[in-house]
Amino acid sequence: MSSAYKLPKAKIAVGVEQSPQLHRAATSVVMRATGLVKSYRKSKVEIPVLNGVDFEVREGEFQAIIGTSGSGKSTLLHLLATLDQPDDGKIFFEGNRIDNLPAKSRDILRNRYLGIVFQFYHLLPELSALENVLMPLMIRYGFTKYMLGRRKHRRRAKALLDTVGLSHRLKHRPRELSGGEMQRVAIARALIADPQLLLADEPTGNLDRQAGDEIMEILRKLNREQGLTVVMVTHDDAIAEQADRTIHLVEGRVQSM
Amino acid sequence: MYKVLLSWRYLKSRYIALASIVSVTLGVATLIVVNSVMAGFTVEMHDRLHGILSDIVVRSHNLTGLPDSEWHMEEIRKIAGDDIEAMTATVSVPAMINFRDNIRGQWITQPINLIGIDETTYSDVSEFKQHLLHPLNRDQMEFLLRENDYGRGRKDKFPVAGWDRRRVTAQWEQRQIADQVENGNIDSPDVALTISPPLELVDEAQFPAGLPVLPDSIEELPELQGLLDNDPSGVGHQGNLPAVPFQTDDTPQLMFDAAREQHTGIVLGISICSLRGRDVNGDLMDYYFALPGDDVKITFPNTGQPPKAVSDSFTIVDFYESEMSEYDSSFAFVPLSKLQNLRGMFTAETGVASVSAIQIKLRAGADLDLVRNRLQTRFPLQQFGYQIQTWRDMQGPLLSAVQLETTILNILLFLIIAVAGFGILATFFMIVVEKTRDVGILKSLGAPSRGVMSIFLGYGLSLGIAGSLAGLALGLLFVDQINVVAGWIEKVTGQEVFDPTVYYFSEIPVVVNPLTCLWVVLGAVGIAVIASVLPARKAAKLHPVEALRYE
Repeated sequence: MSSAYKLPKAKIAVGVEQSPQLHRAATSVVMRATGLVKSYRKSKVEIPVLNGVDFEVREGEFQAIIGTSGSGKSTLLHLLATLDQPDDGKIFFEGNRIDNLPAKSRDILRNRYLGIVFQFYHLLPELSALENVLMPLMIRYGFTKYMLGRRKHRRRAKALLDTVGLSHRLKHRPRELSGGEMQRVAIARALIADPQLLLADEPTGNLDRQAGDEIMEILRKLNREQGLTVVMVTHDDAIAEQADRTIHLVEGRVQSM
Repeated sequence: MYKVLLSWRYLKSRYIALASIVSVTLGVATLIVVNSVMAGFTVEMHDRLHGILSDIVVRSHNLTGLPDSEWHMEEIRKIAGDDIEAMTATVSVPAMINFRDNIRGQWITQPINLIGIDETTYSDVSEFKQHLLHPLNRDQMEFLLRENDYGRGRKDKFPVAGWDRRRVTAQWEQRQIADQVENGNIDSPDVALTISPPLELVDEAQFPAGLPVLPDSIEELPELQGLLDNDPSGVGHQGNLPAVPFQTDDTPQLMFDAAREQHTGIVLGISICSLRGRDVNGDLMDYYFALPGDDVKITFPNTGQPPKAVSDSFTIVDFYESEMSEYDSSFAFVPLSKLQNLRGMFTAETGVASVSAIQIKLRAGADLDLVRNRLQTRFPLQQFGYQIQTWRDMQGPLLSAVQLETTILNILLFLIIAVAGFGILATFFMIVVEKTRDVGILKSLGAPSRGVMSIFLGYGLSLGIAGSLAGLALGLLFVDQINVVAGWIEKVTGQEVFDPTVYYFSEIPVVVNPLTCLWVVLGAVGIAVIASVLPARKAAKLHPVEALRYE
């Protein structure tokens, strides 16, 4: 863990909802973003999505980003996940600037330090649940190195699937799983590299109430019991309420509540 | 790891991609079949050409020949003695052959290439004996007519020939003459015998069926048994013959007795006096106009200035069947000394006989071109006027034509595989589009662009390998069974794929060259990989967010 950033107090105050758990913020900042600007081009028209967003998440926090459709919350998450690069602004991960890293470094960052969960699960349809969970490790290690540690990796993947309650579905392909099950596989996959931060993009957005609750239960449990830092994007207030802290995005800006 | 796994899974789940490589498979199979058959033809042809031609020939440009073959041979030995296995001198001269067609009774004249050979050494420089029809000649060649055993071991039946035939023919001719004497056409039997065989055109009405057609085996001809049994020694010209009506005891044996004697022997190329065709049933059949035992007249130029035509009678003692139509239809072999005598091939001052060519066989592994070059240096063209060639030089145009044909076929067929490559390109683009989201997922999990690219390259590689290996197997199977397949095609289409009247091979010759197979497979795999480069690059360039959003 690298050194935490000393943030000007005023800046934290802006846009960050004061939550009762703030005292926990004494711990280090895992990710911080300042002045993020991003716009998309659609047939020569510039559509601004983010207009200077500041953001911070501390170790062990469960933070929700809430906003309506088109508020830029998914874009923000993609920027934080280094899947996309901001037009302006900076993103720091454990004190290191990451938004301007070369592609290779960002690939490594995503692979080893960040866990990402998507609304549409995004599992590889040709692979079994277990193989999907193992995918980040397969990407991380070369052929021989992976095969050498294969048993250890599989044990760990099975343990993770067990954690999310899917130990009976190891060999199933994604299409043979329900939405909730697929999302649990996706969570296990996000955790396999033992990331510092889990980024979840509407993890319950495509699930019914019950399955969504189950997913939220898993995420909160991970946060509570293993101290996993979670940043979750959602449009659902009920879901957001379960977070330690919630920030609101409105038209590309963080809105104080 | 994930690259291998995903390539493999995509291969297993996308059978449409397998369809796209069927063209690769077929292309590879075709290439292998065509190459094997062409190589088979080439090897077969090389073998035959090389068998017929000696390794190196020193040939005089002059029909009069090169004088003193002994001196030349010694010189050649001095130059390349270590490499020489055998040497022989030959005389070759264009000639005309004249013989009576025993089917229609007409006289036939044909141009031939008359070659005087030394029967003991000629077989050492080339495969000569092996191509003769009589088993004894194959063992030890002699210019003597033999008993009927011609064509033993031949695939198709050979008619009765040899002394049997000669005796029957003589008997028949005597009967003809006797008939004519009776009819008053000819005054005296003596006259009749001296003009045997009759040189004037035979009236077809008088000889409607030509000579009596002998059956395939002598046993089927009971009325001739007695005639033939009178030859207990087995050597025709020593035996006693039955009643010869025009010969009295006090007649001196000066006249040529066709039934017991032979002229100088000649070995004729089998196609000079036979035609291969089909009978009414469509079965393959050989028609022989003359057979061993028959007499022929040969006319050729002597060495006079200007040359005059010399002619002499010869008796066919065997046929030469090399299965190269070019040679079978033109070569006629006679004893070297006889031809030298008839042509007057002697140096006036010394009386040493001259020859037209010296044929050399080198030991196995000797460098033909090197020896040829050395000989060319020893016998400079401007001084001697000799043509010194290896067998490859002599058949150069034919060999290079076949080579060119093979090359062009290969290029064309490789274009087919290249077309298959475009099929793969299109299919792969579709698969990349279909897999856009997977690419996004992989990138979100930290897979580098190069890794994504190698998934699709690996996919192309494995498709290429699968297609090529399938093609290889298919091609080899086809080559292995090519004659069976040809048989099926004949049955289905009713058309002969491999017409034995056209080709001298009864089976399609094939030679599988492992190196060629390797190149074909590598080439096809290479094309499959190249065709997958563009789609793979497209996949690698996809933006992760865009890719993930793709529905």
